[in-house]
Parts: sequence; C-alpha cells; structure tokens
Amino acid sequence: MALIDLANPTRFLALVERVLPWLIAATVLAFAIGLRGAYLAPDDYQQGATVKIMYIHVPNAWLSSFVWGVMSLAALGTLVWRHPLADVAAKCAAPLGAAFTFVALVTGSLWGRPMWGTYWVWDARLTSVLVLFLMYLGLIALWRTIDDPARAGRAAAILTLVGAVNLPIIKFSVDWWNTLHQPASVFRMGPPTIDPSLLVPLFVMTAAFSLLFVTLHLAAMRNEIMRRRVRTLLLTQAERA
Amino acid sequence: MTALANLFARDARIAIRIGGGAMIGVLFFLTVVTLVPFAIGPDLALLRRIGPAILWLGALLASLLTLDRLFASDHDDGSLDLILMGRVPLEIAVVTKALAHWVTTGLPLVIASPVLGLFLNLEPAALGATALTLLVGTPALTLIGVIGAALAVALRRGGLLLPVMVLPMTIPVLIFGVAATNAAVGGPVPFATPFAILCALTLMSAVIGPFAAAATLRHGME
Repeated sequence: MALIDLANPTRFLALVERVLPWLIAATVLAFAIGLRGAYLAPDDYQQGATVKIMYIHVPNAWLSSFVWGVMSLAALGTLVWRHPLADVAAKCAAPLGAAFTFVALVTGSLWGRPMWGTYWVWDARLTSVLVLFLMYLGLIALWRTIDDPARAGRAAAILTLVGAVNLPIIKFSVDWWNTLHQPASVFRMGPPTIDPSLLVPLFVMTAAFSLLFVTLHLAAMRNEIMRRRVRTLLLTQAERA
Repeated sequence: MTALANLFARDARIAIRIGGGAMIGVLFFLTVVTLVPFAIGPDLALLRRIGPAILWLGALLASLLTLDRLFASDHDDGSLDLILMGRVPLEIAVVTKALAHWVTTGLPLVIASPVLGLFLNLEPAALGATALTLLVGTPALTLIGVIGAALAVALRRGGLLLPVMVLPMTIPVLIFGVAATNAAVGGPVPFATPFAILCALTLMSAVIGPFAAAATLRHGME
C-alpha cells in the first residue's frame, strides 16, 4: 500500500483499526521485557541504583529529537506534496514530542539530584533539551491559536522546518557557550563503554518507547480525523440551520 | 527597483510617524537598562561585568516590540495583497520590509547603546565592542523575527505567541553577541572567533528568514 493511498482518511482509519491492536500488544510486550531487564540489570559501581533512571531517561531523550524529525517529514508532506494526512500527523506528534521531552528533563534532573547534588545545572545538554521543550510548546501554542486546521497546518509546517534547521545551530551554540563558561566540567561524564548487561535492556526500552510513540501517534491521528469530521458536520449543520 | 525603494520609504515613514516610531524602541531599551540596577543593586563592578549581557537582552526585547505588526498591519489595510500580487518577488519585498524595520528599530538601538553602556559603567573597549556586535547582530534578530511576523498574520489573537516562537531561535545570536563583546575586553577566546560566527549567523538568517516568511505569507493567504 503506497503512501498516497493513505491520503484517503477512510482507508487510513481502516488500516489503523487493523494495526493498532497488534501495536498495543507489541508495546506492552516490549515494556514487559525491557522493564524486567532493567530491573534485573546490575547496579552501577559508582551510581548505584540511580543508574536505572537511564532506562527511562535515554529513550525519552532520543524520542524528543526523533519526534521533531517525524514532524519535519510531515511538514514536508504538507508543504511539498499536500498530503492530506501530513498535517494531522504533525499536529498529533507535537504534544507527544513535548511529553517525551518533559519526561527526559524530569528524569534527568531526578538523576542529577543525587549525582550532581542539584536538580538543575546549566549543562549544555540540559539547556538545549530545555530549548527544544520551549520550541515544542511554542509550536503547540501555534496549532491551538489558528482555528482553521488547514491554515494552522501550513503555518506550523513552516515553523517546524525552520526549527529543524535551527535546532542543530542552537545545540552547537549552547555547547560552545557551555565550554566557554565551565571548561572541564565534572558533569561531562561520557561513559565510553557501557557493559552489555546494561546496554541490552536499554535497547529494549528504547524500542518499547518508540513503539509507544507509534501506537499513541496512530491513535491520536485517528482521533484527530474523527474530530475534524465532527467539526465539518457541525459546520454544515450550522450552515443549514 | 523603484517599487522596492517606495516600499522601503513607506515602511520607514509609517514606523517613524506612528506610535513614536524609532524613539519608542530606544525608550524601551533605556527603561529596561534603568530597571536593572534597581533589581541587582548599584554595584558598579557587577554592572560592568554583566553590562554587555544587559544591553544585548534589552536590544533583543526591544527588537520584538513592533515586530507583530510588521505584516499584520499591511494585511489589515490590504497592502499585503498588493505586495503579494506585485511583480517584485515576495522574498525581496520581505527583505526590504525587514531592512526598513531594522533601520527604524535596530539601528537606533545600536546608536543608543554606547550612551546606555556609560550608565552601566562599561569601559571604552566594551562600549565599542557592544555597538559593533549589536550592529552585526541586530539584523539577524530582525531577519529571524520576520518569520514570526509572517506567522502573526494568520494569528487573530497572537499576543505573546510571537516572542515565544521567535526568542528560542535567537539564542545563538545572543550567545555569540555577548561572547564576542566579552572577548573584546579580555576573555579566553580571541574576539574574531565569536564575532565571525555572529556574522555567519546573520548571513544565515538572511537566507532562511525571508524565504520562510515569504512561504508563510503565501500559504497564509490561500
């Protein structure tokens, strides 16, 4: 089934209905395996049990930037190919991306409290994730401000693409700024080698969270299509009355 | 060319005549800088150290002042439709409008910054460096801002949304602007390094900003 066939929302909804139960099952299974692996994984010799925060933190951090990538592809779909479902995909991905970014920030600072002695440091990575979070919130606000979905979609698509160009620049600038302010920082841990006993559960957890994103994204897209249909029905009803 | 010159002259005239124009930005800048010593205390040594950062923050906020009306007022009185239908490429028209905006809001800030720097006890080298980095950096703020200004056309009640969308994108300009100023008065890096990156950021935003803004305007009009 080509991507263009999915331009028909009815066909897309039929596909979602067929795929979604399997995706939910796969997500639950992956989480079960991943959480069991994370639970059984040995503690770090320095960090103790707090190392287990990593199994939540790293997948969310990865998804926080991955979701912006998904939204950028959807933005191209909106602007270049005028794919009718592209802006639905972009709209539904934004709150998910913001949520993943938020969880990454919260788990990061929870880990930072016992490790660094403070919830927040102006470390380069933390700062750029915070900026990413702000940009997600700005994008969601833009979606919510324009009431016509098609116009909102095009405006948000351009902001998404500009953001995609700017995010690496911001990341680089923040890195530069940080090294200028606090060189040779203790926060630069950079564990060069992670033992396989820790790495395998991490991979499983990353896969589980990625599956969770796909599941939630498809379900949210289904809801958004329904919401738009209700909106159209209400509008025609109002016109007739 | 005459069309662009007319557009520039029109925008500059509107900005100067209505709402206090260029002076209101400088006045805002002055007010922000005046507030800082009340917040942190009249410690001249501290003010000297953070002075360039305060001036840059003030310039950043002041450059946002009139941005939300840049295209929205043209949309309201119908001239935006004329610009869209005109034979001049929309991107070039956007650059012209951005230039007019910068001349009426950014440039006065650059000129005012040495005077305000004296209030903050900056040394002469820092005064010159701040003015120079603002001269190079404020065009980037305007050119990034036009994207937000173009988005504001589609927003009925945008209000604070424009700064929320635009400010995160200006973080690199702020970082390298302040870094270059600090480097000029003796930092760990030579002045040329952050200054060259600041110039690069301005050039880059000159490429991205007008195209993104023009695309937003075209799509918003459909």
